[in-house]
Amino acid sequence: MAIVVERKRLSLLERCYLPQIVSGLLITFKNIFKPRVTLEYPDQRPVIPAGYRGAPTLVKDSQGREKCVSCQLCEFVCPSKAIRVTPGEIDPGSPYSHIEKAPKKFEIDMLRCIFCGLCQEACPEKAIVLQDEFSINGLSREDFVRSKQALYAAGGVLPDRIMKWKKVKDNAELGGNR
Amino acid sequence: MDKQTVKINVNGTDYEVLAGQNVLEACRSIGIEIPYFCYHPNLKVAGSCRMCLVRIGMPARDRQTGQLVKNADGTPKIAWPPKPSIACGTKVADGMHIVTDDESVESCRKGVIEFLLLNHPLDCPICDKAGECKLQEYAYRYGAGHSRYVENKNVKPKKVEVAGKIMLDAERCIQCSRCIRFSNEFIGRSIFGFVKRGSKTEISVYEGADNTSNYLLNAVDGCPVGALTEKAFRFQMRTWFLKVTDSICGESSAGANTRVWSRENKIYRVTPRTNPEVNEMWMSDSGRYVQSRYDEANRLACASVDASPCDTSYAINRCVEIMKLGGVAIVGNAWQSLEEMYVMKLLADVCGARVHFVSHLGEDDGKLVSADRTPNMRGAFATGLIGEYPKADLSDLAADMESGKVKVVLCFGENILELGISPKLLKKVNVLYCGILKNALSDEAKISVPLRSEFEKDGIWINRQFRAQKFARAVDGPEKSVDDLEFLLTLLREVAGDGFKLPGLSDIRREIGEKIPILKACCDLPPEGELIDGSAWSGIDFPEADAMHFNAGKLKGTKE
Repeated sequence: MAIVVERKRLSLLERCYLPQIVSGLLITFKNIFKPRVTLEYPDQRPVIPAGYRGAPTLVKDSQGREKCVSCQLCEFVCPSKAIRVTPGEIDPGSPYSHIEKAPKKFEIDMLRCIFCGLCQEACPEKAIVLQDEFSINGLSREDFVRSKQALYAAGGVLPDRIMKWKKVKDNAELGGNR
Repeated sequence: MDKQTVKINVNGTDYEVLAGQNVLEACRSIGIEIPYFCYHPNLKVAGSCRMCLVRIGMPARDRQTGQLVKNADGTPKIAWPPKPSIACGTKVADGMHIVTDDESVESCRKGVIEFLLLNHPLDCPICDKAGECKLQEYAYRYGAGHSRYVENKNVKPKKVEVAGKIMLDAERCIQCSRCIRFSNEFIGRSIFGFVKRGSKTEISVYEGADNTSNYLLNAVDGCPVGALTEKAFRFQMRTWFLKVTDSICGESSAGANTRVWSRENKIYRVTPRTNPEVNEMWMSDSGRYVQSRYDEANRLACASVDASPCDTSYAINRCVEIMKLGGVAIVGNAWQSLEEMYVMKLLADVCGARVHFVSHLGEDDGKLVSADRTPNMRGAFATGLIGEYPKADLSDLAADMESGKVKVVLCFGENILELGISPKLLKKVNVLYCGILKNALSDEAKISVPLRSEFEKDGIWINRQFRAQKFARAVDGPEKSVDDLEFLLTLLREVAGDGFKLPGLSDIRREIGEKIPILKACCDLPPEGELIDGSAWSGIDFPEADAMHFNAGKLKGTKE
């Protein structure tokens, strides 16, 4: 059924037409002398505010240790099923072998990611962080599936205040509470 | 015999429960949950975790006269001891009053959780037990939510391999002693034990002793925390991703009830499912890896005619054409489900085919791996497919093939080349091989059709106790495989020439229930299965020996 929308009745001033043109042009001329707000993207880049939810990345701690222990909570919580983790065991020769578990594979499909940040919220190790990257592009679907290496390269280092796993190791080796 | 009951009062409400059980089970039977770690319904009570502390009071009696003391309003006066008692170690008694939800009980639980967590590493993100860990659940539900402990935690052995199939992490252990009791009581040998004392107590294994057992992984299922984890499942998948399907162990005729844990068409593990009448809460370790038989590398991937791959439907059509020539013999084994056997029987009757079954025997361990390594031999008897216990070879078939009586052999899963049929003899007939695995015969056969394993289809098996139990499809079969039942029904329809509509699984089950009186229960089997009357086969010399819930001497087929 057609819906008839009641139009606002124009006042006399509005019906006169010219005053409206003049007031519109006034706004235009005012803005000509104001500082510019349009960014010349991509030559100019916007300032990303703190707490911005851009592309999810994996981070290392200040010692260069990969923080992710592949608990797969991010995979579980991800509402768009963008994350896929394949857990694996840390090589016994590694200095971090006491952590036992690390991702063998960690993939995020950026075509599926909706930047909700639930993975960051769920992570018990603060290993996955949504950072400031907002322009994600590629030429094929595969280009958008980010591998573990790509995620660590994008993530960089996020200093860890608690150093939980270092404490565990120090306690086992030096604390000697046997 | 009437079961005796007693009247108890839980949290102010009167209930009548079975006598002789402990307070924990009694409360569970009336829907009141008492948390516990060390208690296990199939093991002796240890009372070591103190999680099930509740307040238990009995009606007070006068010391001189022995008379019940009454309150002013005439109700019996309850004598409450000053301290709580453990629910798992206390039997219910008439007039017993139990409090499970007041402040003192809550504070007991909070205290116990705090003590248990003092030296616990809290490494849930890397622990395979996470998601099904009692400590995790109870810490969330009853714990304080934070730790007051600032000292260094105790250091204990981690990543210790036990008998090649268990990973032991002593730091996670809460000293419930379930694994110790399990190995002592069920396996009958000491495998696990405690060393050191107090908070330094560690779970350990006896050095140099025989740790091998085919039931060791039940200790992993029993472990309420992540101290014992299965090596094969280590870091494979978190439990909350896995879909659970009720199934039956296909390792032997014991028919242990199982759960199949799968994700995206991959089976990650198989664990036992509780059935007090069959396997209690246990299953064999070898039964947990039955699915590895059906690894992709071993499977018949694609149908073929004259050794060249083809469409499955084309192969089935060719099967029908060849079977219509007559002189059909059927070779099968008792891995087929009851429904398939029923249709196989109809097919054999239509073709006038003789059915040759092959037995698969092994050593009986007196527990949950029986001598008959096929899960459904009783089903073959019940459906009338066979009348006597099958032999391990096919000499009768060989004679029939020699004499030219048999021209077509429809063979289900068996490699008849290893069963007394020479390759020369094989050339004389058309062999139609349909099975799950590829073997020498599947390459030689005129036609081969890939079928599905028990993890990929629904069905019923009848175990050594004549208990009909159903299993359900956990994963999809390979793309080109055909469901066994569908395959058999298609053959039946085409060979018999009456174009009936293919019935579904429930239609077949209903038909079995109507046509075979003893299988009436099969229409709608409960999850724990149902005993059928096997007295008609009491004369048959079944190879199974006495075992859990199975007495070979006495026919267990009759209902009580």
